[in-house]
Amino acid sequence: MESVTHAPSTEVLRAIVEAAADGVVLCDADGAVVLVNHAATEMVPGDVTAVLDRSREPGETYQTAVGDRLLRVRREIFGIVHQAWYLRDVTAEAARADALRAERERTQFLVEAGRRLSASLNTRRCARATAELAAGLLADVAMVVLPPGGMRRTSWLRSSEAGLEEGEIPVASADQVPGLAEALAGFPPVPSRWLDPSQAPDWLLPDGFGPVGHLLVTPLPGNGVPAGALVLARREGGKGYDDETETLVRVFAARAGAAISAAVLYQQQSTTNAILAGDLLPPPLPVVDGLELAGSLRAAQQTALIGGDFYDVLPTSEGPLVTLGDVCGKGPRAAVLAGQVRHSLRALLLLERDPEKLMRLINRALLGSPTPSSHVTLVLAAIRPADGVIDLAVAGHPAPLLLRADGTVEEVDARGSLLGAIKSGMIVLRTATIELAPGDLLLLYSDGITEAFGGTTGREMYGASRLKTALATCAGLPAGAVVERLEQLNSDWLAGGVFDDRALLAIRRSR
Amino acid sequence: MSVTSPVKVAGAVDDYLERVGAADEFGAIDLVLGLLGDGVPPESLLLDVIAPAQRRVGELWAAGDWSVAREHGATAISERAVAAITTSVRPRPTKSRITVACADGEYHALPTRLLAEVLRLRGWQVDFLGANVPGPHLITHLHQTGPDAVAIGCALATRLPRAHATLTACQAVGIPVLAGGAGFGADGRFAVKLGADGWAPTADAAADLLEEGRLPSFPTPGETLAHLADEEYTLFVKRRGEILARVMTELPRRYPRMLDYTQAQVDHTADDLGHIADFLAAALYIDDTRLFTDFVQWTCDLLRARGVPARSVALALRLLHDELHDFPRARHLLAEGTLAADGA
Repeated sequence: MESVTHAPSTEVLRAIVEAAADGVVLCDADGAVVLVNHAATEMVPGDVTAVLDRSREPGETYQTAVGDRLLRVRREIFGIVHQAWYLRDVTAEAARADALRAERERTQFLVEAGRRLSASLNTRRCARATAELAAGLLADVAMVVLPPGGMRRTSWLRSSEAGLEEGEIPVASADQVPGLAEALAGFPPVPSRWLDPSQAPDWLLPDGFGPVGHLLVTPLPGNGVPAGALVLARREGGKGYDDETETLVRVFAARAGAAISAAVLYQQQSTTNAILAGDLLPPPLPVVDGLELAGSLRAAQQTALIGGDFYDVLPTSEGPLVTLGDVCGKGPRAAVLAGQVRHSLRALLLLERDPEKLMRLINRALLGSPTPSSHVTLVLAAIRPADGVIDLAVAGHPAPLLLRADGTVEEVDARGSLLGAIKSGMIVLRTATIELAPGDLLLLYSDGITEAFGGTTGREMYGASRLKTALATCAGLPAGAVVERLEQLNSDWLAGGVFDDRALLAIRRSR
Repeated sequence: MSVTSPVKVAGAVDDYLERVGAADEFGAIDLVLGLLGDGVPPESLLLDVIAPAQRRVGELWAAGDWSVAREHGATAISERAVAAITTSVRPRPTKSRITVACADGEYHALPTRLLAEVLRLRGWQVDFLGANVPGPHLITHLHQTGPDAVAIGCALATRLPRAHATLTACQAVGIPVLAGGAGFGADGRFAVKLGADGWAPTADAAADLLEEGRLPSFPTPGETLAHLADEEYTLFVKRRGEILARVMTELPRRYPRMLDYTQAQVDHTADDLGHIADFLAAALYIDDTRLFTDFVQWTCDLLRARGVPARSVALALRLLHDELHDFPRARHLLAEGTLAADGA
């Protein structure tokens, strides 16, 4: 038996084309339409040739709009006679792709917003990030008006294609923008508000921005504190705000508000801290005729910059009283006690200038202190700048070093017991009186310097003899350079492993 | 005035150098204030008189002509001369805020100070935090003040690992970082590698860069340093002490002259060895051979200027090479370093 294949008849072929889901338009060699299937008629109710772009190469695909439909059209050529156009309705597909793209854009925006807003604890930086982020996807211009810090004026930041602008407005001006004053007050909570662009005062928009199409004022909800408001504007004729974008504005405003209000709280607290800690930082050294003074203090706890080591130079009519000490413990707790010792000295100095007597008085004050373990080591040096004579008392502290102008280094022969531990009558103090010749230098230091562990092996103590050797190389240097050099050598020795406060104070008699 | 000042300025460098070298503080200050009175622009005094003179100071120290003490004294005077210039000019801030700080562990403050003063002269509101700024303190400052950028100066490549930690921390709090100083490489390649948002070779170039708004408003952190995954840097830094201690024990056996060294000389040798270790660590961190070989070359020149044979450097490098069995990257660096020392 032989199998025989029959070619389908024209009728059958026509029926197949007619039933296809894709639109098919068949033309002859002259371009005249010879067949339009049912689907094609559905897609193009009018003149079907309007969608046939004869400039396209065979095999090429293009898209074209018919009414509110989007069609994808492909041109094919069969033999030398016929050409066919295949039409597919891609309206829904394109809408899905657009929606997906917009969704991705929004997600990306929120990811970027999260990254930038979570970075800083600074109010201005957070406001700047908010304005710069919003002036892209959300608006042509975005302005953040911060909650008023003082009573009268409040600052704002604005971002647009003109760049970043900053300024201040009187708080009263907020009334010119409906909803803004309420948003700035943070209470009662108000919703976002569309404004009539003609209501916008001049200061709200950059110069030459042009007619406004949409203007939105959104409060930035803070965590219990007002975080300001976000003003968004788009130009007339630009894109409007759809539901999704409005939702996005709300979500974004919540994130920005949380970031700004956290920053506002942090700033308030750190300002308070700075004021409280300011008194505990090493004081600027006074200018004393005939003397060069230089000090350095490195706290082990680096964020606060305050610790148990301290120094001070207190002027009296006879000459300055210089002190350097070390309070038991580290960090803010120790710094508070160190501050108390400095204040006590300042008050006692009104009645007494003799270092030994001052030591006993401080000891009594410490014994009476309610703070547990108020132990302090201290050096007191009463200086007469006119002739360079210095009366020294040392309590539980390394004895100061004396660098003579010729480079010899001596340890001052003074010592005594720690303060705050035993009764003043039991305290033993051996005081000393020395004389600084012009060019000589007296170095006061804390044990954080000599007990610094480091060196080549990382386990070796710096020690007093290394300090003396280093000091001997400093003959002839100004006091500032001596302190800087000693601190540098000591820090290099530590190689980053800092565990104790370190203080240095140099007094040099000018030549 | 504008015609005569370049000549005047060029001639002033030697004069100024002589005065700071002689610890003549008032002489040096009188000189710069005199030029300022003659109409020399303050920025030119900072960058064309003080900066070149200080570079010469560094060279004179490296050549063994000046003692460390003299170098320090000169630098201290230059600090005061800078202060004298800016106090008499008193620039008024018209631009936004910039923080300027030296990297953690970096004590060469003057170049960074010059940048701070140039920015101040150009109207920026500058917070200069000084030398050796601990990372946590810098970050606290950035949160409190919210500057537009932070400029970090690093003069020595050995501070780069800590500078990198600081740099990433600044970026993490959303402040773009401008890197500068010889430590980032003469061509700034280490600044690029560590992901700085900008780099400038000189103080005026840095000021131009800021003025032209060439820093982004929000930083883009760099790539992670993939080579650190081999942990050679971490392990070397952790075991630095024991490794160096073994090299110090071995050195006198291979270099008998050391047996007669005084304690100070032994300390000196330990210091030199420590420097080699620091540069090796930095080169491992950055993954840059030239960083290490340039340093070896420089050290050999420095020692020769002080009458110490460069052979001791090559020997120290060989001993380190032998100690570091499981550190292929470090061994490669040390082998290249030995070649550089032999050729030096």
